[in-house]
Amino acid sequence: MKDTVEPYTTPDGRTIGGVLMDMRNITLRFGGVEAIKDISLNIREGEIRAIIGPNGAGKSSMLNVISGFYNPQEGEVWFRGEKRPPMKPYQVARLGIARTFQNIALFEGMTVLDNVMTGRLTHMKSNMLAQAIWRGKAEQEEVANREVVEKIIDFLEIQAIRKTPVGRLPYGLKKRVELARALAAEPKLLLLDEPMAGMNVEEKEDMSRFILDVNDEFGTTIALIEHDMGVVMDLSDRVVVMDYGRKIGDGTPDEVRNNEQVIDAYLGVAHD
Amino acid sequence: MTATATSGLNSIPALLAQNVAQHGAKAAYREKEFGIWQSWTWAEAAAEIDALAAGFLTLGANVGDHIAITGRNRPALYWAMVAAQKAGCVPVPLYADAAAEEIAYALDHCGARFVVAGDQEQVDKIADIRDQLHVLDHIVYLDGRGLRKYDHSHMTSYADLQKAGRESGQMDEIEKRSAALGPDDKCVMLYTSGTTGRPKGVVLSNRNVIETSKNSAEFDHLKAGDEVLAYLPMAWVGDFIFSIGQAMWTGFCVNCPESPDTMQTDLREIGPTYFFAPPRVFEMQLTNVMIRMEDAGRFKKWLFHKYMAIGREIGPKILDGKPVTGMERLQYRLADWLVIGPLKNTLGLSRVRVGYTAGEAIGPEIFDFYRALGINLKQLYGQTEATVFITQQPDGEVRSDTVGVPSPGVELKIAENGEVFYRSPGVFVEYYKNAESTASTKDAEGWVATGDAGFIEEGTGHLRIIDRAKDVGKMASGALFAPKYVENKLKFYPDILEAVVFGADREYCTAFINIDLTAVGNWAERNNIAYSSYQELSQHPRVLDTIQAHVAEVNKSVAADEMLAGCQIHRFLVLHKELDADDGEMTRTRKVRRRIVEEKFADLIDALYGGKSEIYTETEVTYEDGRKGKITATLAIRDAAVETAGKVAAE
Repeated sequence: MKDTVEPYTTPDGRTIGGVLMDMRNITLRFGGVEAIKDISLNIREGEIRAIIGPNGAGKSSMLNVISGFYNPQEGEVWFRGEKRPPMKPYQVARLGIARTFQNIALFEGMTVLDNVMTGRLTHMKSNMLAQAIWRGKAEQEEVANREVVEKIIDFLEIQAIRKTPVGRLPYGLKKRVELARALAAEPKLLLLDEPMAGMNVEEKEDMSRFILDVNDEFGTTIALIEHDMGVVMDLSDRVVVMDYGRKIGDGTPDEVRNNEQVIDAYLGVAHD
Repeated sequence: MTATATSGLNSIPALLAQNVAQHGAKAAYREKEFGIWQSWTWAEAAAEIDALAAGFLTLGANVGDHIAITGRNRPALYWAMVAAQKAGCVPVPLYADAAAEEIAYALDHCGARFVVAGDQEQVDKIADIRDQLHVLDHIVYLDGRGLRKYDHSHMTSYADLQKAGRESGQMDEIEKRSAALGPDDKCVMLYTSGTTGRPKGVVLSNRNVIETSKNSAEFDHLKAGDEVLAYLPMAWVGDFIFSIGQAMWTGFCVNCPESPDTMQTDLREIGPTYFFAPPRVFEMQLTNVMIRMEDAGRFKKWLFHKYMAIGREIGPKILDGKPVTGMERLQYRLADWLVIGPLKNTLGLSRVRVGYTAGEAIGPEIFDFYRALGINLKQLYGQTEATVFITQQPDGEVRSDTVGVPSPGVELKIAENGEVFYRSPGVFVEYYKNAESTASTKDAEGWVATGDAGFIEEGTGHLRIIDRAKDVGKMASGALFAPKYVENKLKFYPDILEAVVFGADREYCTAFINIDLTAVGNWAERNNIAYSSYQELSQHPRVLDTIQAHVAEVNKSVAADEMLAGCQIHRFLVLHKELDADDGEMTRTRKVRRRIVEEKFADLIDALYGGKSEIYTETEVTYEDGRKGKITATLAIRDAAVETAGKVAAE
């Protein structure tokens, strides 16, 4: 595991900066069940960080702690060098953390464009009345937001479905629209919860390319949960492995691949 | 020929200058980007072109260099072609969906020093083959996405190159070079899609392009203010003539869609007045309309069918200026208000004044459908070597079974064996670095062999094409064998996407058939037929029954023509995969490569003639990323009803 926080350049020419998000000794309990047991991990600026582990390992819980959906009973969350007090998810979103969901959570009856526009909500300053009348500042704001959204639509190549209601789209495209909505918030940190679940090979390849492009073009830091090991090992700079709420490995894909405990967890060695 | 008519306007850059002077503030190019139509006036476009031309000079472009251009239709890429000409170079547009080795062949053959590539996909293809190309010096890319980390020692972005050009102060040199362009200088080099062998580089002169553009624009009264949608491959001669030649000659506006997927929406938003599409685009539109009407409510269905029937009867008459009664006119007006007008609007064809289709024969019912809508859809016949136009249909003389009368300035003659020859101001200069092919195609007097067999209809003077001359053969019995003629009849059924007929030197004809997944899939859905793959659907007994009925009907109509009665299909099978350009079975312009299909599926042909009722086969397929795989299938072979009336009479 790299303990240095010196910025470094990856073999493919991206710069990985200092620590963006630091989770210190996090413990999360639901009643008597410990979903996360004393885990520390950090996410560095500009990197693609994967969280992997068998079902029920606590990966999604971890993501939910980062996104502010759960507040851990113990431990500290440090974001951009500051300790983050317990927050509501919308407050976390304002800090620049956006996410997609394991089960797609889009507005099915609304068009792709409108769905993606909702991602700009945190950037709207004018009040509800001004927006209803839609004059002056509210109008300018809408135009500016639309411009950002259109760039993302172009980036993710979903122009052809811009005006299509989301409910009519196939699964793979919905996932892409969800990514678009998350990107519309222009996040510092993007959380992807199983972005490739249920996709076929071609859709996975597309999605992988978009994730790499997002990281490369916008410099967005990405934390993702994924089950497809091939994808994880190809995409990520560093990987955290969880099992039964504990961290059992952390490092580059190569380090993780050769980690004894990780192999045991995946091959299913009996726990004492 | 008519040197006076185009005097002083000897090149595309000269036409551009004229457009700037006459229509400077009018829209010349539009492109939908970020959801909005961005537009450039002639003056703005000229400034962009100048900057890029000067940019080419900073890279060291010499007079006569080839500059390859590849990507989807975008104004900037059209400008690159004109900029190349302004810099004294020759643009060579390449098919954007061509595989790396096809691009390698063209780049190597033309010795291009510079490539203007649309995006990362195109750059990657060229990067893959760069080692083989010793003369390739620099890649200019338009969309820089994903390219930031690439080695930029021999790569520049389009915008940066324009910036360098603007700062270079080379405008005098540019003006000098473009002023020196004469009518006999190369205007463009286009690679033919190559149904046989390697693609050939067709060199067209400024005279070819400008004369042709002028003649064809006058033929259809095209003018500034017309709108076209540029969505067909830029490497295709038709697009070069419509989007550059005619656009420059008349000063009309070229609109580029946002992406290939949005073409239909963009078409509707632009509402072109001059529209060109290969038959398959019209077929697809019609299939979509019919599928959606099937799903419509009963009243709407009734309304549609009732008023389309009126449209079919009266629409073509009005188009052709034939007399119609006041009652008929009123009925058509009502049909237009209720059905035809809204339908045309949905299809994006409300404003079409002149529409053309070419490349393949178009089914009569498709043709009639568009004519019923009051769309002036005409056919033309042409090829790259003729700078498109050989024959075209004048207004008022439109029919689905002819390709029209000779275009202005074109002479036709039919050889003994039925092959069509032509001579015109558009006749190409040569095949680049291929004197042998040039000599065998174009004789000393300038007559060019089309490779198609046909005849001129008595009375009307219209040309009718039967088939490729080399495909027209004899059957074992000595009867005429014209596969294309039969295939086209088959393809007119919406269920059938592609057909390949065999029979040369055989006792009887057989056929391979590809079903149309959209049409057949929709039918299956409505009839509760479950299927998990193209392959499974293609072999479904009920699908086979339908196809069998189609084949029988085609046989009946083929039998009606005495000369071609021998071409009736006795046995057929439905293929388990779509014929595809990636597997080499078709050209990039979607024409079947007969020889390759024959070789690849030799086992299936043997089975067709061997009397079996089914055959197990393995086929290699190529995926889009170049990987190969294998599919296996057991195909049913069926007999089709054949009309024997002719035979009985002969006996």
